[in-house]
Amino acid sequence: MAAKLLGFCEELRGEGVAVGTSELLDAFAALGHVDWTSRADFREALAATIAKSQDDRRVLELLFDRYFFRTAEAEAVQRGVTEHAEGGPQAGEGERFDMDELSEAIREAIAAGDEDAMRDLARLAISAFGRGEGSGVVGVDVQRIRRTLGLTAGTQPPAADGSERPPIDRDQLTGFERHLRRELERDLIERTETLPPSRPLAELDRALPTSPTQDLAAVHRAVSQMKRRLATLGHEQRGRKKGQHVDVRRTMRASLETGGVPLRLRYRPKRPRRPEIYVLCDVSTSVTSASVFFLSVLHALHDSFRKLRSFVFIERISEVTDVFEHERDFAVIAQKISSEGGVADVSGYTDYGRVWLEFLTEISEDLDPRSTVIVLGDARTNGREPHAEVFAKVAEKAGRLFWLNPEPKLYWNYGDSVMAAYERYCDGAFECWTTQHLENFVNVVAGAAPAAE
Amino acid sequence: MADGSVAEVKQALADVGYLADEPAALVSFLAQQLGKPVLVEGPAGVGKTELAKALSRATGRELVRLQCYEGLDEAKAMYEWNYRKQLLRIQAGGEAGWEDVQEDIFSTEFLLERPLMQAIASPEPVVLLIDEIDKTDQEFEAMLLELLSDFQITIPELGRIEATTMPIVVLTSNDSRELTEALKRRCLYLWLDYPELEREMEIVRLHTPELSETLARKLVEVIRMVRGLDLKKPPSIAESIDWARSLLLMGAEDIDRETFTQSMSIIVKHRTDIDLVAERVGVKLADPLRTEG
Repeated sequence: MAAKLLGFCEELRGEGVAVGTSELLDAFAALGHVDWTSRADFREALAATIAKSQDDRRVLELLFDRYFFRTAEAEAVQRGVTEHAEGGPQAGEGERFDMDELSEAIREAIAAGDEDAMRDLARLAISAFGRGEGSGVVGVDVQRIRRTLGLTAGTQPPAADGSERPPIDRDQLTGFERHLRRELERDLIERTETLPPSRPLAELDRALPTSPTQDLAAVHRAVSQMKRRLATLGHEQRGRKKGQHVDVRRTMRASLETGGVPLRLRYRPKRPRRPEIYVLCDVSTSVTSASVFFLSVLHALHDSFRKLRSFVFIERISEVTDVFEHERDFAVIAQKISSEGGVADVSGYTDYGRVWLEFLTEISEDLDPRSTVIVLGDARTNGREPHAEVFAKVAEKAGRLFWLNPEPKLYWNYGDSVMAAYERYCDGAFECWTTQHLENFVNVVAGAAPAAE
Repeated sequence: MADGSVAEVKQALADVGYLADEPAALVSFLAQQLGKPVLVEGPAGVGKTELAKALSRATGRELVRLQCYEGLDEAKAMYEWNYRKQLLRIQAGGEAGWEDVQEDIFSTEFLLERPLMQAIASPEPVVLLIDEIDKTDQEFEAMLLELLSDFQITIPELGRIEATTMPIVVLTSNDSRELTEALKRRCLYLWLDYPELEREMEIVRLHTPELSETLARKLVEVIRMVRGLDLKKPPSIAESIDWARSLLLMGAEDIDRETFTQSMSIIVKHRTDIDLVAERVGVKLADPLRTEG
């Protein structure tokens, strides 16, 4: 058993779950206390000790089934148990299922809500249809099997013997479909010997909030963290390095505690300076999917910072600070910006070069070493002049300049993306298409603060 | 609490009014058996803090609670020297030698115990709840590591203080930031989510036994419908219980549109959310009342 568990952890590591020796030891210790024969307890004990986040947990559950399922299968093969007709010589022995009987049994299980029976029946149903004969797309197969079995939600046609059958509601049916899906997935895993791409899937789930307010909340959280970090950036260091002013009044006051001897010097507190932030946000068609995300970042930023000026651009640049300041509702803002922004000229393609020129002429006087510029865009110039030298000027004038790119790093500099030209003037360039990335950006900014000063 | 098996733990928790699901019961059981801290994550209002309280009630242990917030430091979480008292001691004992005084003022008498210290030093075993750990800084997490893995605190002037009894430690987090690997490594992990319909109904019925079963079912169904919407703050379990109580007080027989609009503010607490819920759920309730289906 120990060897099997170790093998299981090996596989988990292969899927990117960080399983350390301490987790392993915990898992063994935990298993000493639970009933091994109970599948649920066994799995929960492993999950509690090994998986340390929701994502890990998902991977663990997928793997758990695959790993311990396969061990069982291997044993079954060894003992010569064939569960299903696999096409070929041994097919003759394959059981032939009576469709009606099967469908009836499934109905009963669904009505009774018996999870175990449903699972077994799902496997039986798949066997009946022949493993590996499906379209290969799990979702399609699930529906195909369901239809052939004549399972539908709502009132059921009377049974063969004329007796009434209880209606099946949608949730119950979905429950059975879930079992089917799981079994089919496992089947697929078996055949292809690979795990479905769980990681990318998890990424996709969280990628690019397109509208829901829940995701907007996540963005707000990340930004409020960013606010704290930016607001306190580097102040500690500065305070220690440079001379502070002794606050005579407070020192004398403090000396009263020590009988009039000024043991402790009190300093005047350093007032943290307000960060001035300029955000430039690309809203062109090439980043359509990302711009909702970006706008929500902007929206959240406006919640957190007073001294924030925001701009949107496509071919030209336009300041939208007012829109954000006067409107609280995100949906309205998004709509206003698209209608009143006035940033598209004719073509609707981004012209970064022109944007920098306009940005520089418009606010070059306001930029100073205390300001931070954040650009949200994909750096795709559509073949137009990138004017990197103008961008360099912006970078020079501003204290810090960060670039958040909605494309994965892999795609940078492919096609008309000129990320490299801009990247060298930035204090940091990050890929940013999930709230996770945004948090990451916040962390890096906080860590890299002194260097960027 | 009898600590024989998972089922017993579950029963003990149920006896003090906390209906744990399987994973929660198992993790609570393991926490006691293995002596490891438990990290509980999940959305707000699913009973993370309540789990710790229930554990303390079920085991008959005292609950020591440390509420985390931004800027919490060790002086407020662990211990602090009572320097005023130390000063008094120095001034009062003028003729004693420096050596004596020095040894004297750094003794436990001048130590102000804060929650973490309390939990460690307590002669009786306690349940230590570190609430909303995600609100603190990473530095604070690092400080907790010694406590969580070895149940000890090192005070430079005094030396090491080890726990005489093994506390049950529960950390909760709303998942507002990723906790460090080092912290997670030392904990058992439990993810609590909104309960299933049946279980939530049991919970509501447990807290408001006077509520009729049909009404409770209807209530939980509506709550689930509300949670299904895109809200800023979906209603928590505590709020469904509150709502159940107020429905009792209002003497409501059924949840129709009128009672719903009147009492909606109990479960939904954002202006935009209220509009959304009224629009989506209120309309559904307007139909002639469906019986449970």
